[in-house]
Amino acid sequence: MVKQVSVFLENAKGRLFEVSNTLAKTGININGISLADTTDFGILRLIVNDPYETVKVLKENSFVVELTEVIAMRIADKPGAMAQAFQLLNDAEVSVEYLYAVNKEKGLNAILVLRTEDHENACKVLSGGGIELLSEEEFYAI
Amino acid sequence: MNYFNEKMERIDREDLKKIQLERLKKTVERCYHNVPFYKERLDSVGMTPEKFTSLDDLKEIPFTTKADIRDHYPYGLFAAPMKEIVRLHASSGTTGKPTVVGYTRNDLNMWAEAMARLLVAAGLTDEDIVQVSFGYGLFTGAFGLHYGIENVGATVVPTSSGNTEKQIMLMKDFGTTALVGTPSYAIHMAEVAEQMGIKKEDLKLRLGFFGAEASTEEMRAELEKRWGILATENYGMSELVGPGVAGECIYKKGMHINEELFIPEIIDPATGEVLPYGEKGEVVVTTICKEGIPLLRYRTKDITYIIDEPCECGRTTLRFHKMQGRSDDMLIIKGVNVFPSQIESAITGTSGISPHYQLIVTKEGYFDALEVVLELVDGSLLNNYKELVALERSIKHKIRTVVGIDVKIKLVNPNTIERSQGKAKRVVDLRNQ
Repeated sequence: MVKQVSVFLENAKGRLFEVSNTLAKTGININGISLADTTDFGILRLIVNDPYETVKVLKENSFVVELTEVIAMRIADKPGAMAQAFQLLNDAEVSVEYLYAVNKEKGLNAILVLRTEDHENACKVLSGGGIELLSEEEFYAI
Repeated sequence: MNYFNEKMERIDREDLKKIQLERLKKTVERCYHNVPFYKERLDSVGMTPEKFTSLDDLKEIPFTTKADIRDHYPYGLFAAPMKEIVRLHASSGTTGKPTVVGYTRNDLNMWAEAMARLLVAAGLTDEDIVQVSFGYGLFTGAFGLHYGIENVGATVVPTSSGNTEKQIMLMKDFGTTALVGTPSYAIHMAEVAEQMGIKKEDLKLRLGFFGAEASTEEMRAELEKRWGILATENYGMSELVGPGVAGECIYKKGMHINEELFIPEIIDPATGEVLPYGEKGEVVVTTICKEGIPLLRYRTKDITYIIDEPCECGRTTLRFHKMQGRSDDMLIIKGVNVFPSQIESAITGTSGISPHYQLIVTKEGYFDALEVVLELVDGSLLNNYKELVALERSIKHKIRTVVGIDVKIKLVNPNTIERSQGKAKRVVDLRNQ
């Protein structure tokens, strides 16, 4: 399983800039990002090359931050590939809380990042079903 | 040490009344002859000093208000010539001119006596080392506590407010055993100590004497937990003397009033009628031992009730229940009376947020809206939206239960709400802008 950085974003102007600028100054590279559309507050989800350092610098700058365990799976870039993965989760009755795609790898594959209610079970059925899961090292380096 | 002045603190109530009447008469005389404002006020209701024969006559005297002090800025209500005045203080005037108070030497001695009694009642001994984190200056808080502590024979460390990290370093190095400050600043100090990696076990702190702003039982519990102390509250205001009017003993069941120095009354703020013990209303105080600026029936705007049951500590005085807000702090939101203290008691202790808060009142169309700004501190709630939304809902629900209105919760990052070194500014009312 890989680590995603979750950052609390209050509903105020300039917050996204502050987060990205803080990371820019520390030389952290953002590989994946997701922010849902809400009115009162947001949770920014980041995939970065160094999650531990990211948490440290954001905390120092008074952000509320958490490392969240997520699953990163490599999906072939062809029709039906995603359905195959979700068929496995569906059969195992694992529900997905959220997911987003990281489109770093050009051409052949897509990477999906997902948070489920039962990671252990999800990992087991996905890799058992032939879906490639990324390791931490591999993932932070994409 | 159980008492600083046992004779006065455990005085028979009939004897107390004799002293009060004698001192009240003297005070009325002093006001009538030395302050034109009071002569005019007393004449207007046909009261002259000779007509005072019992404590009941007190209620014939018209009230004095903060506006009266301001209108006679700076020295108009002084009842002693300037050559007898040895100290001036002024209240933090948020609007216009401050209110100025003057002390004679006797007043300063009386103040140190009043404060010493309250401190000993709250557990202070001559062995203690006390850090005074109230701002020294025109504000009465720091000096009041300072001379009271010296009068008890304890050691004063007059750090004043601000430079929090240094304060905590000194607290550790000096072996400070007691802290004086506002509750909100003491919470901030605890946060800074935590950031510095200093635990309560590293310190010798055992007592906290808090005042100068209203606080709740929940805030007290938080202070006691974070610092590992016995936290008591004391009460006063610069117009009356500063701190020293009343204070809690170690049993924390109301604030003992220094009654042979100050006569307390509770009135209905709307009609001015005096209410019986146990009924909630506005605190009115008459100073009966002050020379510089004695005040007759001063309306404090603080809301509480008087407790007249005996206290375990053996003191025979009346007590004020914890102040429940100020009549001028009260917000009227959608026709409902809301005190910031109610919101504070609803939110303090909720896990995931800091104890700092701010209330923002706005108008949305014709309707009032109250937004409660809170700092999120717990990152574990970020794993999914549901938990964060659930936190918001539960706070909203708690406030609804206590106050009876729906509020909007705004979560912000830690350290966003301004930390006050003195009285915290909790309310921002934008309705008339």
